[in-house]
Amino acid sequence: MKLIVAIVRPDKVSEVLEALYRAEVRGLSVSRIQGHGGELERVETYRGTTVKVGLTEKVRFEIGVSDHFVEPTVRAIMSAARTGEVGDGKIFVLPVEKIYRIRTGEEDTAAVTPVAAVSE
Amino acid sequence: MTSTALVLLMIPALGFFYGGMVGHKNVLNTILMSYATLGYSLVAWALVGYSLAFSPGNALIGDLRWALLRGVNLVTSQPLGPSISHAVYMAFQATFAIITTALISGAVVARMRIKAYLTFITLWIIVIYGPIAHWVWGGGWLGALGALDFAGGTVVHVNAGMAALAAALVLGNRTNYGRQAFLPGNVPFVLLGAALLWFGWFGFNGGSAVASNQYAALAFTNTFLAPGACMVVWSFLDLMRTGKVTAMGVATAIVVGLVVITPASGFVPPIWGLVVGGIGAVPSYYVMLWRARTRVDESLDVFAGHAVGGATGAILTGVFAVKAWNGVQDGWIAGNPHQILVQIIAVAGAAAYSFLGTFALLRIIGAATALRATTGAEALGMDSTQHGEEAYTTGEGAILVYPDGADADAALGAGLGKVEAKA
Repeated sequence: MKLIVAIVRPDKVSEVLEALYRAEVRGLSVSRIQGHGGELERVETYRGTTVKVGLTEKVRFEIGVSDHFVEPTVRAIMSAARTGEVGDGKIFVLPVEKIYRIRTGEEDTAAVTPVAAVSE
Repeated sequence: MTSTALVLLMIPALGFFYGGMVGHKNVLNTILMSYATLGYSLVAWALVGYSLAFSPGNALIGDLRWALLRGVNLVTSQPLGPSISHAVYMAFQATFAIITTALISGAVVARMRIKAYLTFITLWIIVIYGPIAHWVWGGGWLGALGALDFAGGTVVHVNAGMAALAAALVLGNRTNYGRQAFLPGNVPFVLLGAALLWFGWFGFNGGSAVASNQYAALAFTNTFLAPGACMVVWSFLDLMRTGKVTAMGVATAIVVGLVVITPASGFVPPIWGLVVGGIGAVPSYYVMLWRARTRVDESLDVFAGHAVGGATGAILTGVFAVKAWNGVQDGWIAGNPHQILVQIIAVAGAAAYSFLGTFALLRIIGAATALRATTGAEALGMDSTQHGEEAYTTGEGAILVYPDGADADAALGAGLGKVEAKA
C-alpha cells in the first residue's frame, strides 16, 4: 500500500481528475496549498507598495492505493499535469503502515479497494 | 444633468455585474474592463466621437464641426436638446456611448490582453458607435425612415450585442471552454450590479426625453414596470425547467427587462410596458440556454441579453406604440402595422454594421498587436498577468521590495535558502 501525494497546477486539476477517473482511481482527497518550486516570482504593485510573491497556488492530491495501482496512478497524473514549464509540480510515493476504512473496519488493501470493484 | 449622473453609475454597476460572473483570478480585470471605458472611450468620444455621431453631416455620418469640443458650449442645442445646454447634451450622450462600449467586454473576459482591449475601446466608440448613433438619433437614414428607438434598443443594445458576438468569434474561446465549467465567482456582486443598473437606468430611459416632461414620466414608469414583469416570467421559466428560482436568473432578468423596455420606454402606455417586459424574457432566456450548448464562448451572454433583448424590444415598440401617449407615432395595435417593418430594418441595419465593423476592427488591431493573452497567462489569470494585482490578497509569501531593490533580493535569497534546507 502506498500514499501518493501529488502537487499540481490549479488549472490542471480538471485534467488530472479526468485522467484518474479513466485510470479507475476512485478515492482521493484534494486541497489547495501554496508552495514554491523554482518558478519566477510574480511582482505586484499596490500604489507605492511593490511586492514579490514567491509562493504560488498549487493543488495537492492525496491518494491511498494498493501496490498494483501505484504505476497507473502516477502515469495518469504525470501525463495530465505536465505542461513542460517550471512549476508543473511533484509526485511523491510514500509507504503506508496501515489503512482502515471507517465505515466497515476493513483494513489495508481491502480498505482502499473501491466498493464497486469488489462487487465485480 | 441628473440623468447623466445616473447613467454614469451604470458603468461601474456593469463592472460588478460582469465581475461577479467570472472566477477570482479574473475579477479585477473584468471590472476594470468597464471602468477603463470611463477613461479611454470617454476621451475618444469627447475629442471625435460626439461630433461624428451628432453633428448634421450626411445620412451616414456626422462631420467634424464639434471635434475637440469646439462649439460645445452652454447655449441650448437645437434641435437635439432644446431645453439643456449643448455641453450637458454631449455629456449625457457620452454616458450612452461609454456603456455600450463597456457592454462588449462581457464577451471577451479572462483572455484578452489589456493593451489590445484599451486600443479596441478607444477606436470602437468612434468607428462603430458614432455612425450607428448618427443613423438613428443624429439625423441619419434610420431616423429619417421613422425608426422608433427611445433610449437605445438598437443603438446601444443590438449594437453592443452584435459587437460582442463578433469579438468572441475573433478572440476565440477560453482554453478548456467546453471541457471545464466556468462558474460565477461572486453571485452577490451580480445581484448588486443588477440593482445598481436598474437605478441608473431611470436616467438612461427617463433622461432620453431630454427634458423633464410627460414623456420622461412615461419612460420612468415603464422602466419601473418592465424589469419586474420580466423577472416574473424569467423565474417562472427557471422554475419550470429546473424546479428552482435562481439568483443568477433574477439578476439577469432585471437587466434583460431593462434592455427590452429601453427602445419602447417613451412610446408605449404603461400597461403595454408591463407586457413588453414579460414577453421580452422569453427569447433571451432560450437563446441563453442555446448559446451555452454551442461552441461559441461568448462568455457572459451579451448577445443573448442585449442583441436579442434589444431586437425584441425594438420590434415590440413597433407593436405597442400609441401616439396618444408618445406624440410621435402609432404602432401595430393602434393601426400602423408598417411600423414593425421599419423597426426590423433599423435592427438589421445596425446589427449588420456593428457585427461586420467590429469583426474588421478587431482583425486590424490584431494585425498590429496580439489580442489574446498566452495560455500560460490565462491559467494564472488576467488579474495577476495583466495588472500585477490580485482581488483577494492574503499577503502570504509576499516579500516587500525596497526602492533600491537590493534588500528584497537578499531577503528572498535567505528565505529560499531556509526552505531548501528544510527540504
